[in-house]
Amino acid sequence: MDTRWDVIVIGAGAAGLTAGIYLGRARKKTLILDHATVGGQMILTYAVANYPGVPETAGASIVQTMREQAEGVGCTVMGNADVLSVDLSGPDKVVEVDDEGTFTAPVVILATGGIPRRLGLPSEERFQARGISYCATCDGDFFTDQDIVVIGGGNSALEEAVSLTTYASSVTVIHEFEEFQAQPWAVAEAEKNPKVRFLTNQEVVEFAGESSLSAVVTRDKRTGELVRTEASGAFLFIGYVPNTGWLEGVVKLNERGEIVTDEDLRTDVLGVFAAGDARVKRYRQITTAVADGTVAALSAIAHLTELERAAAA
Amino acid sequence: MLRTNLNHVQSTAEFNSLLSGGGKAAIVCGRMGPMCIPVYGVMENLETKYPDVKFFDMEFDAPVARETIRRLPEVQGFYGLPFTVYLKDGRVVHATGGIQSKAQVKEILDAKVN
Repeated sequence: MDTRWDVIVIGAGAAGLTAGIYLGRARKKTLILDHATVGGQMILTYAVANYPGVPETAGASIVQTMREQAEGVGCTVMGNADVLSVDLSGPDKVVEVDDEGTFTAPVVILATGGIPRRLGLPSEERFQARGISYCATCDGDFFTDQDIVVIGGGNSALEEAVSLTTYASSVTVIHEFEEFQAQPWAVAEAEKNPKVRFLTNQEVVEFAGESSLSAVVTRDKRTGELVRTEASGAFLFIGYVPNTGWLEGVVKLNERGEIVTDEDLRTDVLGVFAAGDARVKRYRQITTAVADGTVAALSAIAHLTELERAAAA
Repeated sequence: MLRTNLNHVQSTAEFNSLLSGGGKAAIVCGRMGPMCIPVYGVMENLETKYPDVKFFDMEFDAPVARETIRRLPEVQGFYGLPFTVYLKDGRVVHATGGIQSKAQVKEILDAKVN
């Protein structure tokens, strides 16, 4: 494989693939890398109902189309590419990838997306796939006729709580605050479902069990009392954090670890741009990631044109 | 049949043959869901890097899975797809439930299979 590229895009979700489509059409030699499967969070989305121009479809279907579009305009797309190190400081950006080698380009676009937020409890790790799950559509049927909990208070938590009642005997929604962040319609749907109950103002302190999960222990934030909820399953929907831990000291991040950019999605490092859920922004949707990918690619193309002009002068 | 580029284990006889053959193998037993697709991708990626290991998938809802992997003591207590089992010397040397990264799979292959 070639080692020299015009642009290296790190992240192959909606933002990264969109950037690739624009770059490829502009005939820029583009490598798109992803540490996991191509598609990012989109591929984890069972149904996408708000992507304009596309009737409700699986996230994986949109991923497949976007990938084909990117490859169709000449991009090389590489999944399961673990980035071991980056040096973005000079005019030639260097990206080292496990098993694949070292690649260079004058421009890098960071589109590393987000990763599911974890509670960070030692017992959370212990019961992963032994009762703790992050995907209702994948694992819901393991809990047929059982009591389970959903942890979180946003739209995903409330919607998945309702969908899990298809299988479970009861679904207890555990939330750390009094009010839900979810939209009122999502709360109303959950409230009217007889299998759903609510435990609010609760901080999760432990997942308990032997070989698999049997209970979730929480602390009531009003009284300090410990509450034990018997459950063989716990589904966590507590949001996402930017996948930027490895970029500390490489580009400017804010206090939440989000990449700081200007309006044209330039970072504080010349020739390095950022797009999608990893950067500072309020709304994180497939549509906003696509918009970011477009802007970052067009800015990158303009930057490459400036470099070519400077070299020719 | 799962839509992957892996070889498929489609019968109990095939599974038993793999196990009794004593070779090194990794079998991902799942569906075409969001936690399974990434693991198939990892295995496809590693096929060329571990030439001594055979990589397979198996459909979780097919009879073959109910008769083989889903019955293994190593996967009892798993509540997350996919179930991935690693074979060597005629026995199951490791099993995982749920999504796994490439780094995690490589660690298992290096420590338990190779």
